[in-house]
Amino acid sequence: MLSHLPVLQVIVPLMAAPLCLLIAKPKWVWLLAITASGLTFVLSCLLLQQVVAAGPLTYELGGWEAPWGIEYRIDYLNAFLLLIISAISTVVLFAAHTAIEKEIPSKRQTFFYVLYLLSLVGMLGIVSTGDAFNLFVFLEISSLSSYGLIALGKDRRALWAAYQYLIMGTIGATFILIGIGLMYQMTGTLNMEDLSMRLPEVAQTRSVFTAFAFIIVGVCLKLALFPLHLWLPNAYAYAPSIVTAYFSATATKVAIYVLIRFTFSVFGLSFSFTALPLQMIFLVLGLSGIFMASIAAIYQQNVKHIFAYSSIAHIGYMIIGYSISTVAGLTATLLHVFNHALMKSALFLALAAVIYRTGAVYLYQFQGLSQKMPLTMAAIVLAGLSLIGAPLTVGFVSKWYLLIALIERGWWPVAVLILLGNLLTVVYVWRVIEMAYFRPPLRQQPVDHSKQEAPYSLLLPVWILVAANIYFGIDTRLSIQVAELAAQSLFGVRQ
Amino acid sequence: MELFVNVILLSFLLAIALAIVRMKDLFAVIMLAGIYGLLSASFFVVVDAVDVAITEAAVGAGVFTLLMLVATVMAGRYEQGARHKPLLALAVVFITGSLLIYGSLDMPAFGYGPAPDHQHVDSHYINESMSEVGVPNIVTAVLASYRGFDTLGELLVIFTAGVAVMALLSTLYDSHSNLGTGPENKWLYEQQMPIRLVVKILIPFIMLFAFYIQFHGDYGPGGGFQAGLILASAIILYAMLFGIRTAKQVISPRFYQCLSAFGILLYGGVGVVALLNGEHFLDYSVLFTDPLAGQHVGIVLVELGIGCTVFSTMILIFLNFYERKNNQLDGCQ
Repeated sequence: MLSHLPVLQVIVPLMAAPLCLLIAKPKWVWLLAITASGLTFVLSCLLLQQVVAAGPLTYELGGWEAPWGIEYRIDYLNAFLLLIISAISTVVLFAAHTAIEKEIPSKRQTFFYVLYLLSLVGMLGIVSTGDAFNLFVFLEISSLSSYGLIALGKDRRALWAAYQYLIMGTIGATFILIGIGLMYQMTGTLNMEDLSMRLPEVAQTRSVFTAFAFIIVGVCLKLALFPLHLWLPNAYAYAPSIVTAYFSATATKVAIYVLIRFTFSVFGLSFSFTALPLQMIFLVLGLSGIFMASIAAIYQQNVKHIFAYSSIAHIGYMIIGYSISTVAGLTATLLHVFNHALMKSALFLALAAVIYRTGAVYLYQFQGLSQKMPLTMAAIVLAGLSLIGAPLTVGFVSKWYLLIALIERGWWPVAVLILLGNLLTVVYVWRVIEMAYFRPPLRQQPVDHSKQEAPYSLLLPVWILVAANIYFGIDTRLSIQVAELAAQSLFGVRQ
Repeated sequence: MELFVNVILLSFLLAIALAIVRMKDLFAVIMLAGIYGLLSASFFVVVDAVDVAITEAAVGAGVFTLLMLVATVMAGRYEQGARHKPLLALAVVFITGSLLIYGSLDMPAFGYGPAPDHQHVDSHYINESMSEVGVPNIVTAVLASYRGFDTLGELLVIFTAGVAVMALLSTLYDSHSNLGTGPENKWLYEQQMPIRLVVKILIPFIMLFAFYIQFHGDYGPGGGFQAGLILASAIILYAMLFGIRTAKQVISPRFYQCLSAFGILLYGGVGVVALLNGEHFLDYSVLFTDPLAGQHVGIVLVELGIGCTVFSTMILIFLNFYERKNNQLDGCQ
């Protein structure tokens, strides 16, 4: 069965989703969903272990050889992403049962879990496949289910946010499809490896250049790269809080993966960075993303908005690492993909706990919350420190690597700007902490000095993620080793 | 001659597209969109893409029109005036369009033999599919076998759409007012007598055609997607003219939910059977002693799975739209 590992981790949630619809009892559906997701996590651990031990794995779906059929191709990069997605999905699902109790009516909870599993299938499928069109198909699955999940939010503005995301996401996906179609026209193949061998022959044609441009813009829409980020803040803010925790840690990371996969593995380094002035474009957009989004975050009143804008800023860090286009820079990007998933899922899950207990989403409602929910607020503080990049947290590790990569490349001014941008992070995280710790509780609420801590079913996953933030901030062997291996193999330093 | 037909079809398409953009009456827009679908289908026939043509006819001219009609009943018949001039959108469209034209300038001519897209994978499918898959319709061979996993993914897309619609629109309370039988509006019922008569005669033929398309997909154009759509439009037509209650009495919504899940499970199950036999996921050769017969069995089974899911998902979407409308009307009273 071990040889089937690459496909099994997609098949398990794929088969579990329709089963959930058949069962249709929220409690059992939750158990099935968490079993499927947990199994996927175990499979992705095994997969990573296999890849590190024996190098990239391939799997021919339907038993058809690569360019004729569809191929799954797992190397360090995929295995790393698969691990992140399945781990976050499982931890978040663990909390889901309690968290959606008050946000989603019980009649719709089954559909929620089905959509959740489908979006997991979509993301895992995107990451595992070695076929460009197959990637698009699973992109559609993940997008469609995410529109549904976001629209399930209790606030009616969720519908508008989901609609905006639907329009932007569909344009992005269509652009990617146009790009894939043009590539097929010029090469006659859809397999990524095959494409990478056949594209250089026709690299000078306008069609290939157009394909490249469409794919880059399409992926950047999905990525919410500044200035194409307009759909993200509201989608994150009005989605059910559990969905925000899930997507903030996975969805944009998958888009980063697609960007890296297409530019490095399909078009190839030399084409990607010469066809368009990609380095310069991404550096400027990344930097302006950090500043604009961080400043916007400072002025938000809705706490979910604050951290949504912070996500856009952090995409900026990842894109800057990418734009350096050295092994060290890409390592920093991948490291930040891993670390940012940990910090944001911890933060948004802790917010889900706050919303579950108090319904508070606005900053002023956080006054004195540290007395009511000391454990949850402590988790927010630690995750916030990680977001800032305090030593002994994961945030420090990836920003450190990014700075070193910039300095190695000789981009001193950029390094200074990033440090300045980081100060803005301190400001918006501090605003939340100040409210919770240094203001007395709101008066209009009935005076109740007893603690109203979140239930353990929420606290436990939150603290697992916070602990991961600290553990991987100290013991960086796993994350750095795999990120480095992935970056080296993408640059062709190691096969 | 072919060029002449193409020019006429394409200019019609352009004219209709412009009319759709200009019009404010949504009913007319939907009808035009239906015609647009039919014309595109004709265009696909001219360029020899008959499988795509059937799909476009079933989607663009069929189910799409019906679903949009139900949607306008909820949303109102006329489009509201624009509040702002969409200049930015125009600029984006202009840039995108110019880039596309720029990219198509050195495109190989349509149907040009030595073009790369006819040389590599394409020629393998044309030359080898009969001996490797054994199905006369090459499109079905590619769709269901060579790239069967893509098709499973596409099916999952449709399933996702159905679940998303149910998640957002399904009623939260059991509406007892809907339990009565018979038509909702007596007067309308009388008025529509001739239409109902014609539809009643047509429905058996529509269904028969759907089943023909379903089980003939490996020999001629068609397959589960198209068959599911056609069958669904028969049921939707029935529900629209004879009342949703009557239609629900025939088959309950819960059944459609189970059927849509069953379709995916059937498709995935065929793949899992291959896994359990030690072969790769979706390798149909293990289903029978003779690999070619196994391929055939596999294709028939997965097409059946596609048919089930597409059929039931379309009806679920329709039912949820329609019930939403009823609730809205209840709310107004």
